[in-house]
Amino acid sequence: MFGDYSIGDLGSIFVMQGFAGLILFSVYVLMALGLAIIFGQMGVINMAHGEFMILGAYVTWMTSNVFQSYLPSLFSGYFFLAMILAFLASGALGMLVEWVLIRHLYKRPLDTLLATWGLSLMLQQAYRSIFGAREVGVELPQWMLGSLHVTDSIEVPINGVFVMGLTVLITIAVAYIMFRSRWGRQVRAVVQNRIMAGAVGINTAKVDRYTFALGCGIAGVAGSAFTMIGSTGPTSGQLYIVDTFLVVVFGGAASLLGTIASAFSISQTQSTLEFFMSGSMAKVLTLLAVVGILMLRPQGLFALKVRK
Amino acid sequence: MSDETNQGLQSAFRRKLLMGMAAIPAVTMLPRSSFAQTPATSAVNTTGLAVTDTEVTVGILHSATGTMAISETGSIEAEKLAIEQINAAGGVLGRKIKFIQEDGASDWPTFAEKAKKLLVNDKVAAIMGCWTSASRKAVLPVMEQYNGMLYYPTFYEGLEQSKNVIYTGQEATQQILAGLNWIAKEKGAKSFFFIGSDYIWPRTSNKIARKHVENVLKGKVVGEEYYALGSTQFNSVINKIKLTKPDVIFTDVVGGSNVAFYKQLKAAGIDLSKQALLTISVTEDEIDGIGGENIAGAYACMKYFQSLDNANNKAFVPAFKKMWGEKTVIGDVTQAAYLGPWLWKLTVEKAGSFDVDKIAAASPGVEFKGAPEGYVRIHENHHLWSKTRVGRAKLDGQFELIYETADLVEPDPFPKGYQ
Repeated sequence: MFGDYSIGDLGSIFVMQGFAGLILFSVYVLMALGLAIIFGQMGVINMAHGEFMILGAYVTWMTSNVFQSYLPSLFSGYFFLAMILAFLASGALGMLVEWVLIRHLYKRPLDTLLATWGLSLMLQQAYRSIFGAREVGVELPQWMLGSLHVTDSIEVPINGVFVMGLTVLITIAVAYIMFRSRWGRQVRAVVQNRIMAGAVGINTAKVDRYTFALGCGIAGVAGSAFTMIGSTGPTSGQLYIVDTFLVVVFGGAASLLGTIASAFSISQTQSTLEFFMSGSMAKVLTLLAVVGILMLRPQGLFALKVRK
Repeated sequence: MSDETNQGLQSAFRRKLLMGMAAIPAVTMLPRSSFAQTPATSAVNTTGLAVTDTEVTVGILHSATGTMAISETGSIEAEKLAIEQINAAGGVLGRKIKFIQEDGASDWPTFAEKAKKLLVNDKVAAIMGCWTSASRKAVLPVMEQYNGMLYYPTFYEGLEQSKNVIYTGQEATQQILAGLNWIAKEKGAKSFFFIGSDYIWPRTSNKIARKHVENVLKGKVVGEEYYALGSTQFNSVINKIKLTKPDVIFTDVVGGSNVAFYKQLKAAGIDLSKQALLTISVTEDEIDGIGGENIAGAYACMKYFQSLDNANNKAFVPAFKKMWGEKTVIGDVTQAAYLGPWLWKLTVEKAGSFDVDKIAAASPGVEFKGAPEGYVRIHENHHLWSKTRVGRAKLDGQFELIYETADLVEPDPFPKGYQ
């Protein structure tokens, strides 16, 4: 297939394809981080993860509308505020959901699957009733559109670079919170042994609530960022949920490092395969590889030893 | 059988006489409309449909919830508008149309179940409904078993024809061939890159397009790619497009994927004012989500654009906006859905009966001169004769009409040499 192309052409295509892989990697990490916290640390199977993301996307859309109508001069910077608002909105909803629904189900982890599935349907219909069934178009500031010309033939999409940067920032923040802060230590203590953690004076109910809220908040930021590359509609969240679970389960549920490693291997495999064969075949082969590896290593790539 | 006996007895004269007789008592009771046209219920409804002396019931069957609600909302709105307008103009055979709306909920078995409910319990005279081919395929056996009449609005892949369905959208050849001819001639296009969502409609459409490019236009297809429904990552295929440098990108990507595809195309620096792109899946409805700035410059091949400049459309667009809000946009399928109730009304009046068999038989040749797309006529194969048009997307999310076929294009659901 490469016979007709010059070395220069091929070189730049491979560079761009490399970037495509990295962008996919960042997207996977960003959408999986929130779930990795909730599923990995709390054992809650949150099927409504995609809907928390879309809440972030809708918040971004509303913010852009407000800025367009009232503060057009500041429009180019609205996205940063929108991401913060998205984090707060999704986090607040997460906290509410934990209080109303999830906390009653900690002893029945499989039931969280059904409960959050129902929640996702309710949220979808709520979005549909509030924002309408049609997709909304989130308008982006001019500087976020288009691409960087590195050379004549190499162009790197700006929104991709933006997502990459955001992913790095959020990953560092999450790692810091989980492994360097006092609160993170409490979370890990609760994960490893809930009863003992309670016995030494950690308010486990509060830790649960904030952990869930943090996971949902990160989902909101991810949703906000994805308005740059994807659609915003009541059911758009469904587009991400399968890939998200794939990344988290493959990585080993309780390990953040595993999530990153798994996002990297899945995204690189997929984007390399996509280049040499059709999109749907690439997906099939990627999934086959994942299934195969999970059969050999059911606990995922990285697994923590947790006392049950 | 009883239908045929009745039909034999009723000469045109006898029917007129009955109409006149039925009108006499009605005039005194209900003074407002012109009851000279109102024939007796027993004459126009011999199969026990939900028709009374003043009302006739039809069904609306679309997804108001679930993932397809994005697309089907416009169809529901258009059908309600058409029904309201028909009622304001006196109804059908002197009867007001009442509708029962059911929700297919984006789930194909639900569509079949609701269709059965509408036909068996509600005895509706016709159903305006379905959007995806999958929902139509689920409903078709029900329509045929219980002898209902379905008006189906979406452009689709063809390869189907039924006595119980009127297809008011384009089948594949009507949508694709004229557009490809135009772009080959206008842009001197020789190489094409196909990209679609991975299901029956894009695959069938691309198969037809490929045959046409290779056999008729003597061009070359340099790539054909499919992505699973809902895919949001297109960077790899965009790189392949950059590598193969096709004259035309031909796309039938649908749903949320569409938004991702055009955003990423733009982000990758592909300028649609220089790179020709022809889509058969993006209407004004989709651009709402994609954003005009991401798709401006692309060509779409449809039969209707909201911006069409004709007297019918100039009445239709304001009426639609008045009913559903200033911001709503009207896409190709929404217009086709609007045709459904009107074509049914015209057919009922031509047949002088609500009976499904008579409507099926009377359908070929029914013309609708008030169609927003201009003029349409039902073909013997129950599809519509209609024009093919090419529009160019503008920043404001509307299309500018670039080309239209001189004549109506004949529907050909089973195209020879394309299968």
